[in-house]
Amino acid sequence: MKRRDFIYLSGVGFGALMLPNMELFGNPIDPLAALNDGMDVGLKKQIADIAMNAAKSKGATYADVRIGRYLNQFVITRENRVQNVANTESFGVGIRVIANGCWGFAASNNVTKDEVAKTAERAVAVAKANAKIQGTPVELAPQKGFGEVSWKTPIEKNPFEVPVQEKTDLLLAVNAEAKNGGANFVNSMLFSINEQKYFASTDGSYIDQDIHRIYPSFVVTKIDKTSGKFQTRRSLSSPMGMGYEYLTPKEEEKVKGIVTRYKQRYDIMEDVKNATKDAAEKISAKSVEPGKYDLILDPSHLWLTIHESVGHPTELDRVLGYEANYAGTSFLTLDKWQSKKFNFGNKLVNVVADKTQPGSLGAVGYDDEGVQCGKWDLIKDGVLVNYQAIRDQAHIIGLDHSQGCCYAQSWQDVQFQRMPNVSLQPGKEKRSVDDMIKNVEKGIYIVGDGSFSIDQQRYNFQFGGQTFYEIKQGKIVGMLNDVAYQANTQEFWNSCTDLADASDYRLGGAFNDGKGQPGQSNAVSHGCPTTRFNGVNVINTARKI
Amino acid sequence: MAILKKEEAQALLKKVLNYSKADACELGLEGSTGGNIRYARNAVSTAGENSSMSLEVSSTYGKRTGVATINEFDDASLEKVVRRSEELAKLAPEDSEYMPPLGPENFTESITFNSDTAAINPEKRAEAVAQSLQIAKDKNLEAAGFLENSTAFRAIMNSKGLFAYNSSTDIDFSVTLRTKDGKGSGYVNVSYNDVRKFDPKTLSTVAAGKALSSVNAKAIEPGKYTVILEPLAAADMLGGLFRGFDARSAEEGRSFMSKKGGQTRLGEQLFNEKVTIYSDPLNAELPSATWNNEGMPLKKTIWVDKGVVKNLSYSRYWAQQKNVKPLPGAFRVIMEGGTKSLEDLIKETEKGILVTRFWYIRMVDPQTVLQTGLTRDGTFYIENGQIKYPIKNFRFNESPVIMLNNVEELGKPVRSGNIVVPPMKIRDFTFTSLSDAV
Repeated sequence: MKRRDFIYLSGVGFGALMLPNMELFGNPIDPLAALNDGMDVGLKKQIADIAMNAAKSKGATYADVRIGRYLNQFVITRENRVQNVANTESFGVGIRVIANGCWGFAASNNVTKDEVAKTAERAVAVAKANAKIQGTPVELAPQKGFGEVSWKTPIEKNPFEVPVQEKTDLLLAVNAEAKNGGANFVNSMLFSINEQKYFASTDGSYIDQDIHRIYPSFVVTKIDKTSGKFQTRRSLSSPMGMGYEYLTPKEEEKVKGIVTRYKQRYDIMEDVKNATKDAAEKISAKSVEPGKYDLILDPSHLWLTIHESVGHPTELDRVLGYEANYAGTSFLTLDKWQSKKFNFGNKLVNVVADKTQPGSLGAVGYDDEGVQCGKWDLIKDGVLVNYQAIRDQAHIIGLDHSQGCCYAQSWQDVQFQRMPNVSLQPGKEKRSVDDMIKNVEKGIYIVGDGSFSIDQQRYNFQFGGQTFYEIKQGKIVGMLNDVAYQANTQEFWNSCTDLADASDYRLGGAFNDGKGQPGQSNAVSHGCPTTRFNGVNVINTARKI
Repeated sequence: MAILKKEEAQALLKKVLNYSKADACELGLEGSTGGNIRYARNAVSTAGENSSMSLEVSSTYGKRTGVATINEFDDASLEKVVRRSEELAKLAPEDSEYMPPLGPENFTESITFNSDTAAINPEKRAEAVAQSLQIAKDKNLEAAGFLENSTAFRAIMNSKGLFAYNSSTDIDFSVTLRTKDGKGSGYVNVSYNDVRKFDPKTLSTVAAGKALSSVNAKAIEPGKYTVILEPLAAADMLGGLFRGFDARSAEEGRSFMSKKGGQTRLGEQLFNEKVTIYSDPLNAELPSATWNNEGMPLKKTIWVDKGVVKNLSYSRYWAQQKNVKPLPGAFRVIMEGGTKSLEDLIKETEKGILVTRFWYIRMVDPQTVLQTGLTRDGTFYIENGQIKYPIKNFRFNESPVIMLNNVEELGKPVRSGNIVVPPMKIRDFTFTSLSDAV
């Protein structure tokens, strides 16, 4: 029940749950306190105006003010024990300005009229100090003011209104199901997030947003005492930009097959039953013969490959070198985009960036610099056509507007370019997963995401998975173990030969995509249908120690 | 306000404890002050200063615990935060693994505070970054880097009479220098408690040297090679290993420390006999507090002695279950080595690969700690004791357990982040594919 214990839990790596390594930047609160309305929107506007006036009077040519209340709830269990219930709240204001052509930022958790004026002045002072060693002045893409507007994640049931007891009961029932099915260990958890964000800028916007995200998950561990082997199978759920309704199963949101997978509703009790069987089957599954295979990748797996190999290299800040000391740069250099014919993938490959997709983690009305969100092509018929940009980068790629990719993980962190939802579009022809498997002579069907690693320019990657099924002559013949595939991004996407249709399209995603120094987390979804890639190099990961 | 002295912290915590009505109460008070500069494309991109202090109150009734924190320190706020934690405790589920607070203890004084580091101000940071940027300019390279320093304190007190206080200073610096055509890249990353060891000019020069000498890398076939790992690369490889030195996960059968039949590898020769690893809060290069958050003393602990697993950590709960003494986990690890320099190791290598650092290391199989990742920012081919030419980056699939069995030679240990490691010469290190990344 302690904050430190929770942070420690995130490091329990060996066979235990892979917890998102999220920072807890809030203060613990009573679960009911999360339902308080927080500061009145009229008062927020007054405070924002004071801050912007203070900034302008000190010489700022632009200012934006973010008053944020960030609520998190984490419910964590193992077997029959509730390990942790943490409710946190963080409230404060972040002020960003341009003065002498340079950015400055300051933040305070004291959201009063006096304090915000001082904070705005500090932001201007920082800008002026940095301007002395700054090269080119900041050039902002124009942005019209929206006046007073609001946006909410369209949820059906606010997770913070659901009693904690109901959540612990559910997770303990999940654990009991796994134990009854023969699992040796089971960890489960439920994360709920609510960002109440107010944004105001000197462009004349006053934007009030209420954003929800939810992530139920578990991991089942099976141990074979005689051999000393252990195997795990994680849940096939996804973090979603939804409310508690995600946990109400619906038949039409299920994708049946070798194992049931889920669209916008999740059946956690069904999945844990399947996971327990899978973990046991993995113990005795045959070790893969390394070599070239045709891969059929389920969306519960492929989302992560898209994230790493398409999402990150199309981030404009990486392309420009702003992340060179940490996350890295990108192989998708400006000349490749300028050529308008860089063959990123097969012509079947169409990837869009989208900040509006219902149920997705990236869906908001407006980004954290007051830009209305939209949708655009990144890869069109296999060719690189665009990047992900924010206001001060738009001019570099000849845009007269920002693409709305600005985000800060909290009021106290400065906003910068973060990944929107980046999704592979489904095939246009009617095509089921069964149709796709039928055509494969020697292949592996991969469900769920596993280990992942990619180089700093996003050329070479390696991915694991949760379960691997061997395909021989168009039929699934059994489960495999010790599978990982390695490829070069461009070769991999050019080996894409088949896509399921829109009926198979699903979202996967992450709560905790990390970037920046000091690091910040971003939540992002990736949609795709089941997709086939030909002749991919598969290695065997079994070792003896 | 952000950094309280020992007596000030003790007085404040005593006052808070007086408000407690719970069966047990544990307090944690911490504060920090510091700042950072981030630069990229040869200019400062962001800079910030921060200062904060917060109090965490943990109240327990029976086995129900509630926690509340606050960052206001007037009497009314202090009483409020205690009451809030007590209300939360009453709402909380019972924790079957709850352990009551520990009693008083005399802790050894730590050596984590350095007054020169505590005196760093924005000007000093800007000066250091300016030196780094100057190297980039002189060598016609592009710099991206991050400099951060902090001064912090932490104090704990509980209703059983325990009190502990520690203050510390840290400075971390990393910089990547790249050639303007993007064909060469070099990197350094250092951490110190004592800023007097920090020399941004020399460090940036080292990164620049790597950037310039890694241009036009040749592709060589992936496979098993003898490697010389610079301390940064060795530290990257070992980072994921020590969480496994835990008795509970080993005894539960879900760790590389587990053996068949519910046994563990405690007492087993798991690594090469050159390998000795320990934690020591009083190590001059890598000091830490002499107590952990539960108020247990941290003492020098040998984890691996000449390749034999000597200890696994036991949480207080697990120790009670197993009727053994609790042992805090592997904190700030130190690996012993020899006296040879990195250059000596290179000189004695007939054929091999020099790895500056690794990147994006992820666990592939927790059963064997098989990890994958890539080399980055300067990888070189060694022949007849000399660096011959830069080579393209590799992806590896290797377990640090296997790697520490294949040790040929260890050099003189240095601090790299929060671990002290020697440069290592390792045979049969497994590279599985090539990367075009620079």
